[in-house]
Amino acid sequence: MSDLLSRRQLIRAGLVATAGASGLGAVLAGRYGLVPPDHGGIYGAGETLTYAAQRLLMSHHSLAREFTRRQISTVFPVNGEPPENEGYRRQLADGFRDWRLAVDGLVARPSSFSLADLRRFPSRSQITHQACEEGWSFIAEWTGVLLSDVLNVVGIRADARYVVFFPFDDSWDSLDMPDAWHPQTLLAYGMNGQDLPTPHGAPLRLRVARQLGYKSIKYLSRITVTNTVKNIGQGLGSVSPEQGYSWYAGI
Amino acid sequence: MRVLDSSRHSVLVRITHWIHTVSFFALLVSGIAILIAHPRLYWGETGAVGAPALLDLPIPFTFGQSGWGRSLHFLSAWVSVLNGSLYAIAGLFDQHFRTHLLPARADLAWRPFRQAVADHVRFTRPGGDGSRSYNVLQRLAYLAVVFVLFPLMIATGLAMSPAITSVVPELVTIFGGQQSARTIHFFVASFLVLFLLVHIAMVCRAGFGDRVRAMITGHSAVKEGRSRKERHERPAFPATAD
Repeated sequence: MSDLLSRRQLIRAGLVATAGASGLGAVLAGRYGLVPPDHGGIYGAGETLTYAAQRLLMSHHSLAREFTRRQISTVFPVNGEPPENEGYRRQLADGFRDWRLAVDGLVARPSSFSLADLRRFPSRSQITHQACEEGWSFIAEWTGVLLSDVLNVVGIRADARYVVFFPFDDSWDSLDMPDAWHPQTLLAYGMNGQDLPTPHGAPLRLRVARQLGYKSIKYLSRITVTNTVKNIGQGLGSVSPEQGYSWYAGI
Repeated sequence: MRVLDSSRHSVLVRITHWIHTVSFFALLVSGIAILIAHPRLYWGETGAVGAPALLDLPIPFTFGQSGWGRSLHFLSAWVSVLNGSLYAIAGLFDQHFRTHLLPARADLAWRPFRQAVADHVRFTRPGGDGSRSYNVLQRLAYLAVVFVLFPLMIATGLAMSPAITSVVPELVTIFGGQQSARTIHFFVASFLVLFLLVHIAMVCRAGFGDRVRAMITGHSAVKEGRSRKERHERPAFPATAD
């Protein structure tokens, strides 16, 4: 009998301790940016564990591997088609002469940049590996401007938590601040020594070296800095979770 | 030969076994869901349609399953890794590996080893104490699964993460590249499935109900001290493997 009681007490104490620890963990995690926007649902626990563990245990500035020119792939497959809308078609036909990248939200100086403006920033090139979520991958050289350089020019506010990217079509995605400030996160206008080809996101795409390919959103037209993504789309941080894919794709 | 204690399996082994059963099944199903999005395997850093493949699996490219597949794969990987770590750490401390899985030095000598293989091939069942302890082949198989195959699954899985390899690049270069890691991940998973099939076949041969009961309650129906006659009458006796 006493054996039974002690076992019951042990189970109760264990449950209370677990509940307390999870509650405390959730509060701390929310406060320190360890909970991804798509933390709900049955898979939310896995998404949160993966994201929180990586943000807690790994350096925010660790560099993705870079390669030599000789390692650049011979094929560069793409998923998805260029935007279908009239706005994009006109810009494409026009060689993106009037294209501008708008940057707004929680910034001191909302601005817009032409391709020529962006090319005046210090240019960065990196030869990195890009893996598609499906399993295939390639190595390419990307050239562009550091996202952090652009963010510094517009001056982002201290309460900023996400940088949100809108392309010409209905897609959108967001980065947390560690990946937004990351020294390899590029706004790329060039690929393998040439202007960014249309299927790869002309005129400008994001390149996030430490995440899967789908995070490197193409055909950019606007960037918004915000402290919440709850009011965009279904509030899950990007269209990916709406289609069943993780917001955080560092894997 | 060593004999298992009063209970055939400890509480910890039983609990972690069934948690592992669920998480391994979830990993397998979700892993297949991810694989069929691109059922081609490559060697080196990169690979894509249009580049030479190491192995073209005879499965059609099937899209739209990798979203939930990936989410379930990671959720069950967390369960599997935490559960497996508990099992491994406890097994080191409570002498589980040393007592039940480490082969005796004498069993590894050529003659006894050859005898064990021959017995296994002929399905010769050990009598008495022999049935209550794992033979050398079982021990080596379990040790390989716990200390070689599962660590390899975890390492090759992490090697496919661009975020993790930004911190530990050696994790992917040691396997020869991201696509090599993916390919090794696939082959090691195949070995684990092969092990599972043999494991289930042996459990069935040893007496499915008895073995499953032993892994749930800890006790086998076969008690020590049973008379030779009883043993003879009930041949549903633990066979060489489970």
